[in-house]
Amino acid sequence: MAQPTIRATGLNLTFQTNDGPVHALKDVNLDVNKGDFVSFIGPSGCGKTTFLRCIAGLETPTGGEINVNGMTPDEARRARAYGYVFQAAGLYPWRTIGGNIRLPLEIMGFDKAEQADRVKCVLELVDLAGFEKKFPWQLSGGMQQRASIARALAFDADILLMDEPFGALDEIVRDHLNEQLLQLWARTEKTIAFVTHSIPEAVYLSTKIVVMSPRPGRISDVIDSPLPRERPLDIRDSPEFIEIAHRVRDGLRAGHVDG
Amino acid sequence: MRSIVPILTVVAAILLFWALCVIPMNAHLTADQAQRDGMILSPDTPAARQDYSGLVLALKNPAIIPLTYTLERPRLPSPHQVAVELYDTVIDKKITSKRSLVYHGWVTLSATLLGFAMGTGLGILLAVGIVYNRTMDKSVMPWAITSQTIPILALAPMIIVILGSIGVQGLLPKAIISAYLSFFPVVVGMVKGLRSPDAMQLDLMRTYNASNSEGFWKLRLPASMPYLFASLKIGVSASLVGAIVGELPTGARAGFGARMLVGDQYGQPLVTWAALFAAAITAAALVAILSLVERQTLRRMGMGAV
Repeated sequence: MAQPTIRATGLNLTFQTNDGPVHALKDVNLDVNKGDFVSFIGPSGCGKTTFLRCIAGLETPTGGEINVNGMTPDEARRARAYGYVFQAAGLYPWRTIGGNIRLPLEIMGFDKAEQADRVKCVLELVDLAGFEKKFPWQLSGGMQQRASIARALAFDADILLMDEPFGALDEIVRDHLNEQLLQLWARTEKTIAFVTHSIPEAVYLSTKIVVMSPRPGRISDVIDSPLPRERPLDIRDSPEFIEIAHRVRDGLRAGHVDG
Repeated sequence: MRSIVPILTVVAAILLFWALCVIPMNAHLTADQAQRDGMILSPDTPAARQDYSGLVLALKNPAIIPLTYTLERPRLPSPHQVAVELYDTVIDKKITSKRSLVYHGWVTLSATLLGFAMGTGLGILLAVGIVYNRTMDKSVMPWAITSQTIPILALAPMIIVILGSIGVQGLLPKAIISAYLSFFPVVVGMVKGLRSPDAMQLDLMRTYNASNSEGFWKLRLPASMPYLFASLKIGVSASLVGAIVGELPTGARAGFGARMLVGDQYGQPLVTWAALFAAAITAAALVAILSLVERQTLRRMGMGAV
């Protein structure tokens, strides 16, 4: 079998704080295969964002090993192996939507014509065609977050890391964006790692759900979803869906009790 | 321009208060002058009049009230006297005349602008150093703050004299004093501005594996623009003050500072007041120009009217 896209073995991360060491991650083992949609779910403090940041090379683990595309996360970051979507859209207010999406392309040295092509292409992908010349403040929160996804997609990295990208949005917008994200994933065949604390969101989106628990942050369950890749929104009423949601909830509760 | 009405109201109130103050302030001088011109006053000797306040004196001798507004060398000039003097020295006098405030204004303004440019450049460089270099971060700021605690009035003559002794005269010493006053707000504002991007925006640049210089040009510098303009507006008025202060110690022959000094030393309050107002108007104009540039720049940057 081919090498997994992301592989963590015995990963540990301890932060030294004024109140003593904090075990953000303890003995985390995980394989993510190419084309997977993996969700990380758990209460705050369970290390799900920290784990994502480790994959991105934004945090350095204190023990164990992690590989991204067969490289260390830092090498992967230098090779621009992933696009990262943060909790807030974080668009630069002084750049238009097009300008924001162009930002990574400028830094990575794409030529002007290529930049224009790619901006146009990803704007269509996130359903924002025609908004290229608008400034961020002229867009709603949901549209801004879509623009930030377009920005992460622009340079066509194989991996998309998403840290609670829809956490600040209302449920109706979130449903819509979840649906769009699945379509986007199907079209681009990217490997997606997605942090959330919404059970329905995790179950609806993922091929693999990683349930985490806090103090110390660790993986308490990994669920391979039996749901088909093609998922209409009403799949959420199916018995399979409800069963997985139950298992996730049980995993979260178990983590809470002994945590 | 909805703000014009409140501004005019405040200006009118100040002018009224000023005009009223003229009466008691000038009452004694006016009474002495009027008596010499043959007016009968009570009390009838200058010494006796000293026992009364200006206000009481004017009320006892209402005839002197109109005269308080027309003294040649008043203790407090009336608004219209200052206006006439301003008109006279700004519009009527030829620019080449040594009494033209346009001529003196240009002398001060050129030093101001040169000093402002130097101070802004230095301020930005220091701020970049402070943000990117740990050693500078720890060492520069305390000195920058200390530099501003030294009274510029004490420092200015030294700068002028020391530079004069090595043959640097004219524009540059004044510009250096201007720069000394104007670099500080720029340092403070730019350090804050360059540090204004949050952790997430900085992380984003790291995920792109952006270099330090890309982080500077594409993130930190544009993010600092609103802070820069706020600092520039403080800096430019400080520059003007610096240039004027720089004109005082050597009894400079030209500039607003020189005019204020001349007015003081030769008992011509109108000259001092006219120079004072011309300086204030110049400062306001400089700040207004910067505000305009700010609005245009930020609007073009999509950051709207700040």
